[in-house]
Amino acid sequence: MSIIHLTNEAFDKAVSNGISMVDFWASWCGPCKMLSPVIEDLAAKYEGKALVGKVNVDDEPNLAMRFGVMSIPTVIFLKDGKEFDRKVGVMPPQAYTAVLDSKL
Amino acid sequence: MYDIAVIGGGPAGLSAAVQARVRNKSVLVVSGDDRDTPLYKTPRIENYLGFPQASGQDLLKRFRAHADQLGTSRKEGRVLNIMPMGDTFYLSIGSEMEQARAIVLATGVIWANKYPGEAEHLGRGVSYCATCDGMLYRGKEVVVVGKAADSPQEANYLRELGCKVTYVSDKPPDGLRPDIPFVKAPKVEITGQGKVEALRAGSTTIPCEGVFILRPSVAPADLLPGLALEGGYIQVDRNMATSIPGVFAAGDCTGLPLQVSKAVGEGLVAGLRAAEYVDHISNSK
Repeated sequence: MSIIHLTNEAFDKAVSNGISMVDFWASWCGPCKMLSPVIEDLAAKYEGKALVGKVNVDDEPNLAMRFGVMSIPTVIFLKDGKEFDRKVGVMPPQAYTAVLDSKL
Repeated sequence: MYDIAVIGGGPAGLSAAVQARVRNKSVLVVSGDDRDTPLYKTPRIENYLGFPQASGQDLLKRFRAHADQLGTSRKEGRVLNIMPMGDTFYLSIGSEMEQARAIVLATGVIWANKYPGEAEHLGRGVSYCATCDGMLYRGKEVVVVGKAADSPQEANYLRELGCKVTYVSDKPPDGLRPDIPFVKAPKVEITGQGKVEALRAGSTTIPCEGVFILRPSVAPADLLPGLALEGGYIQVDRNMATSIPGVFAAGDCTGLPLQVSKAVGEGLVAGLRAAEYVDHISNSK
């Protein structure tokens, strides 16, 4: 399964069950472009174990506001729809896998 | 994809670029505004061998012409992050991304001293990239702390996006929109609980949700997490290799003396070793 692009309407249902990791990004952000292959890689690696999604803050400003995203990329981790961790800025893949693995 | 990306367009970076081009490597030099290069601001250089009484601007022009003549690619902008991904480094430059097999850091004097409250609020209102995060502050109060020559343009950009901008700097800005208030202050402090709430500039307190701190270059330790420093400078060996394989450094960012000849010499070593590194990884595949 490839990466899921989450909209405001679909968001709550998509993350309601289990572990999710959501990347807030935009096309005008260089660091986001840099992180993109990492996120895609993780989506493949955690298929069936965690939901890996992306939110385009340009298209979904309400989601960005709701989660208080103030800098992109921001990656938010949720369990059963509740945020339990976030990483702001570009990090190496291990930074994200460590958070996911701690809950799986 | 380039063989080598050089961060910084001063004497060290251009010297590294020339060496790498002589070795037939593709080279991208990323540098900010000329006016932020110390050499550009130096009217007379007394000790650059063979060029007594050279002017800084003239030397810089010659260095650049030399690198250009050899086919160096150049891009103006600020590198925000570098991330190693296997045999490749990803670099983000404003809204763009580039890839290279090896890196030469020639960022100049390190801006290691952060403002009080800066590190705690990074990503919680403090940003180093107006292009990236500006849209998230539409309609909100933001402060631009302008430390680079092109900071007024970035502030104008934020204003055009719809942010309510105040500009803080230690000297009057050149090219700032007249409808952006300017506060003169050498030092600032960022305050807030969990997120940015205000910026203190001298005796003034400016309530705001975002603070854009725009320095000529991002500190190397922030560019490349895990990069070893020594006495505030990038740790290098005789080959100008840093603690991260494939990353070399040269010039003022590696330490004293802050002199053109030293920068050019180190740039030569770094460019050469970076070219050898690229050959080595290509051959081992």
